[in-house]
Amino acid sequence: MRTEPIAGPSGPPVPVARTLHWGRWVSAAVALAVAGWLVYLVVVNPHLDWGKVAEYLFNDRILAGVWVTIEISVLATALGLVLGVLVAVMRLAHNPVLSALASGYIWFFRGTPVLVQLIFWYNLAFLFPELVLKIPFTMIGLKWDTNQVMTGFTSAMLGLGLNLAAYFAETVRAGIQAVDRGQTEAAYALGMTPAKRMRVIVLPQALRIIIPPTGNEFISMLKTTSLVYVVAGHDLMTNASQIYKANNRIMELLIVASVWYMLMTAVATFLQGRLERRFGSDAVRLVRGGGAAARVLPKVAA
Amino acid sequence: MNPGVKSAESAESGVESGVEPVVLASGVRMGYGGVQVLNGVDFAVAPGEVSCIIGPSGSGKSTFLRCLNGLEPVLGGSLRVLGEEVGHTLRDGRYHPWTPKEFAAFRKNIGMVFQRFNLFAHQSALENVACGPVHVLDTPQDRARTLAMEHLDRVGLADHAHKRPHQLSGGQQQRVAIARALAMSPTLMLFDEPTSALDPELVDEVLEVMKGLAAEGMTMVVVTHEIAFAREVGDRLTFFADGVVVEQGGPRELLAAPAHERTRAFLSSVLGSEDGRS
Ligand SMILES: Nc1ncnc2c1ncn2[C@@H]1O[C@H](COP(=O)(O)OP(=O)(O)OP(=O)(O)O)[C@@H](O)[C@H]1O
Ligand SMILES: [Mg+2]
Repeated sequence: MRTEPIAGPSGPPVPVARTLHWGRWVSAAVALAVAGWLVYLVVVNPHLDWGKVAEYLFNDRILAGVWVTIEISVLATALGLVLGVLVAVMRLAHNPVLSALASGYIWFFRGTPVLVQLIFWYNLAFLFPELVLKIPFTMIGLKWDTNQVMTGFTSAMLGLGLNLAAYFAETVRAGIQAVDRGQTEAAYALGMTPAKRMRVIVLPQALRIIIPPTGNEFISMLKTTSLVYVVAGHDLMTNASQIYKANNRIMELLIVASVWYMLMTAVATFLQGRLERRFGSDAVRLVRGGGAAARVLPKVAA
Repeated sequence: MNPGVKSAESAESGVESGVEPVVLASGVRMGYGGVQVLNGVDFAVAPGEVSCIIGPSGSGKSTFLRCLNGLEPVLGGSLRVLGEEVGHTLRDGRYHPWTPKEFAAFRKNIGMVFQRFNLFAHQSALENVACGPVHVLDTPQDRARTLAMEHLDRVGLADHAHKRPHQLSGGQQQRVAIARALAMSPTLMLFDEPTSALDPELVDEVLEVMKGLAAEGMTMVVVTHEIAFAREVGDRLTFFADGVVVEQGGPRELLAAPAHERTRAFLSSVLGSEDGRS
């Protein structure tokens, strides 16, 4: 809205009148009233003990759960990202078998609920009571009891990581395909092998497109970990639920858990903002074309 | 005499008996998904020769150039480049297809400059030029950078070494692309319409670099619409149409007195009102 007076071709400047936006004020007031009323209903609710919320907010088990949630989120995201890149590269490979396997992987893990996958990994011992890693045709190798390996924590990490990989592979594939094909040809013309071209030319550019969405993946992972409570992974949700099963303070503990989830999400969102500023639209523009974009966009002086 | 060279025109080219030609194509055929693009191309380039190719759009010039360094597969005939049958090695009485590694090793010696520059967008001009030596020839980083700087200096871009491609004009990008190809010390340079994506005022700076290269005796195959360049710098001129060589010869003679109706029609459309037939 302009506040500075307008000076005509001649004569003194004329001030600009203020416009009143009645519609805006009314709709804002109504929305505030509704929201305030809902909050009020919860805050003054006689069945809710805010003292308990405060008491459990820094409870040792809650804090330990927060820590486990962060651990599972970070590890599962890391696993998902690495595996996702691998699956994407396989998916784009000329080898039809590799490509089909990657498609199958993506289809399977995106086609089944993550809850089902978590329970599956946790109960892997029903299928394979022992996990064996040995050199074929020899007796040299290692053996583990599946139930000891597949704790809530590892099955959570595996389940969430493998699942993320399937989704992330599609992001990576889009990133790789966004890199201008001309650069691939230039790399081949220089004498690079397909693998070297992928590593030196394509992936470094694709990463700039891929990295910003990883922030979103991590944020949604923080909350998806709450599913881990079905396999008792000692994460925030598992511990909160164990406490409320003992003392029946369900609402209070859900509020405690929510406060922590919101806090973690806020921190992750802040970090994501910084990530995006570093690898954001500018990088995407860089990748999409030295060719067309370079001529449309103004030249940047050095 | 090389048995592969059939046409009378090629026989009088710079390819003399005894000297192995850099490029020797005979009856090269190629197509995309059943559609024939090259219908038996005969073409030869002697060492040190600058060979220009002109022809209407869609006549297969780019496709032929891309066959020369194996970016497109030859489907028929014989194509020998730098003494090798492109894409195959003769062993035990049979031709064995190359692996990606063998293709890569072959391409090290052939520089290619594209119409759309195709610089690596995430690297500075200097990194672009150093990229081949570092990643393909395993030249140590600092040595590669020194060399890259020399090549950039040669194309007049030492001051722009640390700019990204998008910060450079089209003409500057194309000169970086030439420097990038030269950094591999190639024996043969391929140019695919290197100036057609440029604004008219930027064409000359690129052509100057190419003239310098020709003067130094680099073997070059240049697909171009710059008739003046072909006349002035080229040793031979080849006219392509519908995937075959319609005629070839010394550029001055061919431009002054084209033997075929198609060549005449093409030349008059390219030269237009400009009087290029001096
Ligand atoms: N990747 C491809 N797939 C299918 N057809 C193609 C492909 N590339 C080129 N062609 C076709 O092959 C023919 C020859 O193309 P080419 O690019 O070699 O022509 P050109 O002489 O270089 O033309 P221009 O002067 O426009 O660059 C054209 O008809 C084109 O449509
Ligand atoms: Mg072309």
